[in-house]
Amino acid sequence: MRTLILSILLLLSSHSYASSGHELESATIDLSNKASLQRGAKYFVNYCLSCHSAKQLRYSRMAQDLDIAPELVELNLMFTGEKIFDGMTISMRAKDAEKWFGVNPPDLSLIARSRGPDWLYTYLKSFYIDEERPFGVDNTLFPKVGMPHVLADLQGLQRAVYKDVETAGGGVKRVIDHLEIAEPGRMTEREYDKAMDDLVNFMTYMGEPAKMERQRLGWKVLVFILLMLGIFYLLKKEYWKDIH
Amino acid sequence: MSGMLKNALGWMDDRFPLSKVWNEHLAEYYAPKNFNWMYYFGSLAMLVLVNQIITGIFLTIHYKPDAKLAFDSVEYIMRDVDWGWLIRYMHSTGASAFFVVVYLHMFRGLIYGSFKKPRELVWIFGMIIYVALMAEAFMGYLLPWGQMSYWGAQVIVSLFGAIPYVGEDLALWLRGDYVISDATLNRFFAFHVIAIPLVLVILVFMHIVALHAVGSNNPEGIEIKKHKDAKGIPLDGIPFHPYYSVKDLVGVAVFLFIFALIIFYMPEMGGYFLEHANFVPANPLKTPDHIAPVWYFTPFYAVLRAVPDKFLGVVAMAGAIIVLFLLPWLDRGVNKSIRYRGPVFKAAIVAFVISFVGLGYFGMQPVSPVGTFFSRLFSIVYFAFFLLMPWYSNLMQDKYVPERVEEK
Repeated sequence: MRTLILSILLLLSSHSYASSGHELESATIDLSNKASLQRGAKYFVNYCLSCHSAKQLRYSRMAQDLDIAPELVELNLMFTGEKIFDGMTISMRAKDAEKWFGVNPPDLSLIARSRGPDWLYTYLKSFYIDEERPFGVDNTLFPKVGMPHVLADLQGLQRAVYKDVETAGGGVKRVIDHLEIAEPGRMTEREYDKAMDDLVNFMTYMGEPAKMERQRLGWKVLVFILLMLGIFYLLKKEYWKDIH
Repeated sequence: MSGMLKNALGWMDDRFPLSKVWNEHLAEYYAPKNFNWMYYFGSLAMLVLVNQIITGIFLTIHYKPDAKLAFDSVEYIMRDVDWGWLIRYMHSTGASAFFVVVYLHMFRGLIYGSFKKPRELVWIFGMIIYVALMAEAFMGYLLPWGQMSYWGAQVIVSLFGAIPYVGEDLALWLRGDYVISDATLNRFFAFHVIAIPLVLVILVFMHIVALHAVGSNNPEGIEIKKHKDAKGIPLDGIPFHPYYSVKDLVGVAVFLFIFALIIFYMPEMGGYFLEHANFVPANPLKTPDHIAPVWYFTPFYAVLRAVPDKFLGVVAMAGAIIVLFLLPWLDRGVNKSIRYRGPVFKAAIVAFVISFVGLGYFGMQPVSPVGTFFSRLFSIVYFAFFLLMPWYSNLMQDKYVPERVEEK
């Protein structure tokens, strides 16, 4: 039943996220995979949460939804002296951030809802070496990006491989064909892909914690309405017996 | 009925026309017996109105109409308020559902001639409801204070600025500031939660009173009041209650199934019901790449963009709505229902539907040469459908129109 509903919905849904003409790779999103969400939470607090906040998500809510004991969250996932019921805030001041990065790193609570999981997944895999940028890297999906490649430690550093294409005017233009690993990190390519799946899965959860609940509840409501429909239909038939 | 209840009802009736109202509008309101599924959308629109009011009250309890707090208060509803996410999705999905059922309700009226004499006022009240609904939806969309809320409101209010002489002052008066700001949010909140809903409820009341005075039309376009029995009851009529009250329940259940499917499994509807850009807090310093209104406004937005001049574009957009008010006097067709109106009118209806849906599609897309071409073409078809009606609407109509609802 649920698979049926979901597959119909997939057919109906269309993507209208702001597109940049860049092809997006698809992330594996599975909110029922608690282990993946837990790993994603680990990556998020270790790599993202020092510059980006996620103020809409409370640590306690995360502990509850991801089946992590609150003590473990306090011990392993909280670094800034907040209380368990607090949202995930950061201590970096917006003014300082702007000075250091050019822009204030945005709050990421809802980023999966505004950008979409596939965009995030592709973005996290699209950093490459560019010595002209302040942090030595640029991003094919988000050119002139202000963010350093904080995951370089895991992924390593990629370099761009160029190719020549003919432009409409007859000239030749050098464009990036693909990226390849220049300096390996701690993870293999497959391990990194899987880690990014986990991270984006967690960020998708973070964008809408109620999503788990509504999907769990939805089919029961639908079955109830179907029963109601049956009863109403029989009632109508009974009343309309003598109307020709 | 037991004696005590009967006494209570008698006591009531001596002081308030309870039984009279009940009978006039339900138990002894005779509706044609041949309503088809297109007749569900009136009662469904009422259901959605009730849904919007009730969920709206709960949202108002937790929402903060303040530019600094509004966005976070919506997330607070989504995350911390018990069942807040459900209430919010019922309201946001309800907004789009309202337009779906209202557009189908209006289309029903259009093809069966329900706006024709003596039902002109039913149509006019309905049109005012539609305009009020657009204002209600537009102001409500500002409240989450996301990027699309902000910039959508900025674009639409600035349209008033295109009116010569008074435009800029009018836009300033509407916003309460030189840009969309906290002042705008506060006044839109006031309009959205009390002023317009009040007007809507009163108009719905008038729409129904007018309808019940003249009686309902039907898919055959037959006036059932022409053939009555000895007691004065229309021969082709049946009491609204219980026949249509139980029948409408079937429509309600089908509607609720689709409504719940969207709420629980696709509340964003792929970005059409809740736009992705609206999950970013409003930022007056950063214009989004592509500003598009929510889907139910896009046909009119496409008309606006089809005209090269801004002021004339606003005139055309307003004209596209005003022309709908004139429908009862533009249509000169003798027959009511599309079933007996011949090929010319049928073809015109098809052209109209294609142009309206086409305008809706291109109104969502970024400006492109192809989009502008088709927007212009469809705008011309849209206006031609209405403005040429006096000449084509009575061509080649069927000679035979049944007098009675025929038994099948």
